[in-house]
Amino acid sequence: MPEHYAADNEPADSEPGTDEPTPDIGPDPGTPVGTDLAKALLELDDVTLRFGGVTALDGVSLNINEGEILGLIGPNGAGKTTCFNVMTGVYQPTSGDVRFRGVRLGRRQRFQITRLGIARTFQNIRLFPEMTALENVMVGADARHNTSVVGALLRLPRHRREEREGRDRALELLRFVGIERRADEAARNLPYGDQRRLEIARAMATGPQLLCLDEPAAGFNPSEKSALMDLIRKIRDQGYTVLLIEHDMRLVMGVTDRIVVLEFGRKIAEGLPEDIRTNPAVIAAYLGVPDDAA
Amino acid sequence: MDFLLKNFWELTVTGLTQGSIYALVALGYTLVYGVLRLINFAHSEVFMVGTFGALFALEGMGLNANSDVTSASAAIGYLIVAALAAAAASGVTAVIVERVAYRPLRRRNAPTLVFLITAIGASLAMSEGFAIWRGRDNEAFPTVIDPKTQFKFFDASVSNLDILIFLTAIVMMFSLDTFMRRTRLGRGVRAVAQDPDSAALMGVNKNRVISLTFLLGGIMAGGAAILYGLRFGVTKYDVGFLLGVKAFTAAVLGGIGNLRGALIGGLALGLVENYGSAIVGSQWRDVVAYVTLVVVLMFRPTGILGESLGKARA
Amino acid sequence: MTTSNGGPRQRMNQRLRGYDDRRAGWARSIRTRWHALPRPVRWLGLLALVVVLYLLPIIQPPILTTPDSDFGSVLFDAALFALVAIGLNVVIGMAGLLDLGYVGFYAVGAYSVAVFGSPNSSLGTGYPWLVCVPIAIALSMLAGVILGGPTLRLRGDYLAIVTLGFGEIVRLTAVNSNALGAAAGITGIPHPPGKRPDGTDIFSILNINAFYWLALTVIFIVVFGVRNLENSRVGRSWLAIREDEDAAELMGVPTFRFKLWAFAIGAAIGGLSGSLFAGRQGFINPDSFLLQFSILFVAAVVLGGAGNLLGVVTGAVVIAYLPERFRGFADYRIFVFGLALIIVMIFRPQGIIPNRRRATELAVRTEEVAEGA
Repeated sequence: MPEHYAADNEPADSEPGTDEPTPDIGPDPGTPVGTDLAKALLELDDVTLRFGGVTALDGVSLNINEGEILGLIGPNGAGKTTCFNVMTGVYQPTSGDVRFRGVRLGRRQRFQITRLGIARTFQNIRLFPEMTALENVMVGADARHNTSVVGALLRLPRHRREEREGRDRALELLRFVGIERRADEAARNLPYGDQRRLEIARAMATGPQLLCLDEPAAGFNPSEKSALMDLIRKIRDQGYTVLLIEHDMRLVMGVTDRIVVLEFGRKIAEGLPEDIRTNPAVIAAYLGVPDDAA
Repeated sequence: MDFLLKNFWELTVTGLTQGSIYALVALGYTLVYGVLRLINFAHSEVFMVGTFGALFALEGMGLNANSDVTSASAAIGYLIVAALAAAAASGVTAVIVERVAYRPLRRRNAPTLVFLITAIGASLAMSEGFAIWRGRDNEAFPTVIDPKTQFKFFDASVSNLDILIFLTAIVMMFSLDTFMRRTRLGRGVRAVAQDPDSAALMGVNKNRVISLTFLLGGIMAGGAAILYGLRFGVTKYDVGFLLGVKAFTAAVLGGIGNLRGALIGGLALGLVENYGSAIVGSQWRDVVAYVTLVVVLMFRPTGILGESLGKARA
Repeated sequence: MTTSNGGPRQRMNQRLRGYDDRRAGWARSIRTRWHALPRPVRWLGLLALVVVLYLLPIIQPPILTTPDSDFGSVLFDAALFALVAIGLNVVIGMAGLLDLGYVGFYAVGAYSVAVFGSPNSSLGTGYPWLVCVPIAIALSMLAGVILGGPTLRLRGDYLAIVTLGFGEIVRLTAVNSNALGAAAGITGIPHPPGKRPDGTDIFSILNINAFYWLALTVIFIVVFGVRNLENSRVGRSWLAIREDEDAAELMGVPTFRFKLWAFAIGAAIGGLSGSLFAGRQGFINPDSFLLQFSILFVAAVVLGGAGNLLGVVTGAVVIAYLPERFRGFADYRIFVFGLALIIVMIFRPQGIIPNRRRATELAVRTEEVAEGA
């Protein structure tokens, strides 16, 4: 396999030439949506999720608007990751609806939801460890491809085109998150911070409109965190909508446009960072004071 | 179908005795799987060694294929010695297999597939070793118990041998179950099954627990081995193979990792096999067993009782 | 199973990392040196190797040749085993699905050729071998889909036992069906076609070398196809599934569909091998499809180094060839082979030629380039 890269990789190694357009790494344009929904990319409508007797999410409603960075915060066990898993189709809500661009996610399979335009990273990194960084990202890029098995077997033109596109896009994304020099290293050999970046690149490669980052700064030191904040802003400037789950309040306050706060599976606050900062219910939740204020 | 109805109770008795043997062997798979998440492919040979252990013990006491044991007390004496020999042979073999084929790999954190290959290697080496040593033909067991009908269960005759096999299996199973629930060592096994890392932190010696698991599984296989010898009267180098596959099927059927599941799975497999082959012909017996397995897994992927060695119900 | 917390798979991967970092040694250094050679040299090297492989039965190299059995048929057996291993590697090595009943597909292929090709079979159609091969491939592929459809959603260990059962079901069906010749089997299976100028058959029992050359050619074609798959979206999806199935699904990989493809393609290659086997033997019976073969097939793949084509071929050749080479010890060979499996796996758990993805050394080189620029 690596041989293969060496064989037809020459143009990709150099900067994209003048005759070759820079691969577009922005999100898919998507189909136009109705005007009344134009702002809400993803809506959770009164979503409840129970596991046996435990209610993990209790009537949560929230919107993620196009082009924003939304922070989802809450104390440990508040249901952030569960909420995230409902949005990305890992769990089916017990009741309530999740709508993406006005379309119910319903019982769609997880890979179909990704192809619809929602991509995610994982709190505890889940790369494909034996594959190279480039291949990891190409797996993501493959979500946009349709080469058939027969096409790949016989190396038909579409396969060749998609391979080229996929590799260019993957390299461009590695460059975008700043780890292009690691392209041919096995993911498991990457330093921790680069693994996190690689996860982001892989998720972006699927061509999502909504990019969900699950605690991307876990284990980062302050300088890495500020670099990550820059990266998240850069991602938004590319036209992506970002959902950010994060523990680190400074990072969340610094980068998000809007924040939703969960506690015990319920939404206890929503608003601009500066409002959240002073919201008594939020402060109570974080300090562990009984939340009779809510 | 007609045949099934006419012989229903006869088939039930046969199914339960064969199922008891499956169940005892299945325990070995289930124990090891519960603790190591590993299909101990060599367990069939652990059983095979047990049959030879029993055979040698009986021959060592001066019995041969033509001997006639008439007194009941003598028969019991012979059986106890043979059973101990079988259990010792199987138990020791199981522990050695773990030491030689698995422990070095565990130390190197090898991927699961590799364990399977060394297990296959151990299995081949053992069965071929016996083939070289003992030849490839059947060796007959002395008749220690002459099957005599004791009573009628509906219209089926139940022999003393049937009763012995069924009761031995149940007793061994319950002893094991009690051991796992009541003793410190048993709790150690369950702790490792649930969470090896925490168990180690809590001071459980993982290697000892694993050796113990193999030993227990081996002893159960030894019990199955002597019962098998009594029931079928012959053994040879490859006697473990098909039985091992069936027993593993039984373990999965009952819910692998679950001790009581092994009993239920073994008995269920024995019954289904006998009923099934009564309907479609006995040459399809093994196919019936496999199809049952597939169907059960389709609709209840964790087996009849669900999988859990760690869980309290053991 | 669907949580994002570390599942058993992930734990295994972490463990993999442990032993993997220590993996080094001759296989990698040879590979590094090989890739450092200029392209034309590599091509010439490969060409020379291919020529030598084709000439083997004629040269009869003194140490390699088998004193106690016909070298040509040993070579054919080894080539057949290699082809099987290449097919099984798609399932085990690439997609990470443990199939213990692979002999079932091999049997479906062989029996398809026998039933459609032999005038003595129940169908009695007596089609020529070349017509039977596509039928054999299609039927074994179908068997793969029928088996995989309901079972590929099962967990890995369960898949292993279900496939094992499948292999036995196929064999027992053959034993018990008069239409399939029952235990006696089917005779009069056609050989591949072709006549020499003097009018004798190219492919006959008298000329096993021809079968070896055919098998070798088939291997090259199959390797070409499998490598194309490996270097495509399909191969990447398989690897991703093997590494972390849940993550793959969440990255947009239709995991079930690709697992089914892996099964179907593996089955097709198994069926193709079976049809070669039937064409060479001229007759088959169920004894050629014992469960033990499935286990030897898996052993070949893992022994050689699952996931690496060259590795699995090596593993297959070792398993098919060594017992024949040392036939003098006929009685001991399987015994020794069993011990050898344990010893090799303990000292080289990643297989003889591990599935190295050339990662580190390439990275070092690109870094040097980057710094030099």
